[in-house]
Amino acid sequence: MRYSAWQVLRQGLTGNRGWAPVWRNPDPKPEYDIIIIGGGGHGLSTAYYLARKHGLKNIAVLEKGYIGGGNVGRNTTIVRANYFLEGNSQFYSHSLKLWEGLERELNFNVMHSQRGLINLFHSDGQRDAFARRGNAMINQGDDAILLDREGVRRHLPYLDFEQIRFPVYGGLYHPRGGTARHDAVAWGYARGADSRGVDLIQNCEVTGIDVKGGVVQGVQTTRGAIRARKVGIVVAGRSGQVAAMAGMRLPVESHVLQAFVTEGLKPCIDHVVSFGMGHFYISQSDKGGLVFGGDLDFYASYAQRGNLPMKEHVMEAAMTLMPMIGKAKVLRSWGGIMDMTPDGSPIIDKTHIEGLYLDCGWCYGGFKAVPASGDCFAHLIATDRPHEAASAFRLDRFRTGAGLMDEEGTGAQHNLH
Amino acid sequence: MQIPCPICGPRDRREFYYMGDAVALRRPGPDAGDEAWDAYVHLRDNPAGRTRDLWYHEAGCSAWVVVERDTVTHAVHGSQLAAEAGS
Repeated sequence: MRYSAWQVLRQGLTGNRGWAPVWRNPDPKPEYDIIIIGGGGHGLSTAYYLARKHGLKNIAVLEKGYIGGGNVGRNTTIVRANYFLEGNSQFYSHSLKLWEGLERELNFNVMHSQRGLINLFHSDGQRDAFARRGNAMINQGDDAILLDREGVRRHLPYLDFEQIRFPVYGGLYHPRGGTARHDAVAWGYARGADSRGVDLIQNCEVTGIDVKGGVVQGVQTTRGAIRARKVGIVVAGRSGQVAAMAGMRLPVESHVLQAFVTEGLKPCIDHVVSFGMGHFYISQSDKGGLVFGGDLDFYASYAQRGNLPMKEHVMEAAMTLMPMIGKAKVLRSWGGIMDMTPDGSPIIDKTHIEGLYLDCGWCYGGFKAVPASGDCFAHLIATDRPHEAASAFRLDRFRTGAGLMDEEGTGAQHNLH
Repeated sequence: MQIPCPICGPRDRREFYYMGDAVALRRPGPDAGDEAWDAYVHLRDNPAGRTRDLWYHEAGCSAWVVVERDTVTHAVHGSQLAAEAGS
């Protein structure tokens, strides 16, 4: 069914009895041309673009839980293209352009809201760095405006500009940045993939990858063996375990990143605000909750929940930046498992096994990458050539040292990202 | 989370700096080649379950400590000084 205002009206007048489930729940077939392991945002978008752009039909997405139950439902929904380094910059620029057409593309309201993102700076040196980043964004064809303190004050009058430790000097404003409804992105891609014949198979955990003579043959799952000519691994925090099934060790360490939401409030925060020096960022959901987070807990974890010290740190940063937030009550917090690479940038590449492809290492930036990751991974799987926007995301860059993309400039080492 | 320091006893996690997998104790020789160095610096087992990782008691006795820990439950099972852990 095509969604439209007319459908809403028609269904409303007929008791809403005409809505149908938006994807099937098929049993796995014994064989597919392509299997995508992982039914998160990236896996669903990969399957969607394989079907939509490359005309491939015989595809399955295997999800061990349920669609939308992993990181795509556990993030802070921010969409932006404010990267500095060649490789990252063109990829996220490509992703933002896909976001901007996504609702029309999917005929699904993903609530993409380009409310503007402001990265604050607090020293002359940081202003220089942000001016340089803004120029890189403009050179990439995206938008960036360097705001002075008064410029920031016009947008964010509620900040504590005079705080002693980190007085606000200004901010880098990215008007096309914003947020989207995280679940809707998963549902929209799932619906689009399913309607093009992709089998979305839930509650189907991959337990083994069959390889013979260096060529992938298929996978073993909790619902039986499934043969396939090509297999794509796109499982975020669980990348290490799934790759190990094919005998691979990855340059990935899984960490927990916490996020928080307050009770619903009247509209008060119009933008996405990022306070890098305090490791804090915030936006307000359409439901009214203030959605915010900070940095990793910084130890390897699969727990999907964090520890108290980082909670305290995030709350302190929030109070430092915007004292008014002290009146809000935290409703809940959660953690997502991040597949961290040594340089903080992702991997979309072939493996040494023919027919086995890898999409991982999204660190804490996976949500905004959902459209372009799917587009580029689908391109790689379908054509065996990297998409031009993702050609820098090579698996071998760590071994060779060539093409590392250390966006933060802290060093390409596991415990620094 | 508390980390048991073999010298200071159980201490708050915030006193420690996290270095990562205890693979750091198995440094290859300078001539070991690209693959050995790649495995040492970058590649990780990244286990969901028991792991051994390396913590530095920065705000305490300055000892490097190997902690045996569960990455799924955050339970800490034990620790020893890196100097005594060998590889």
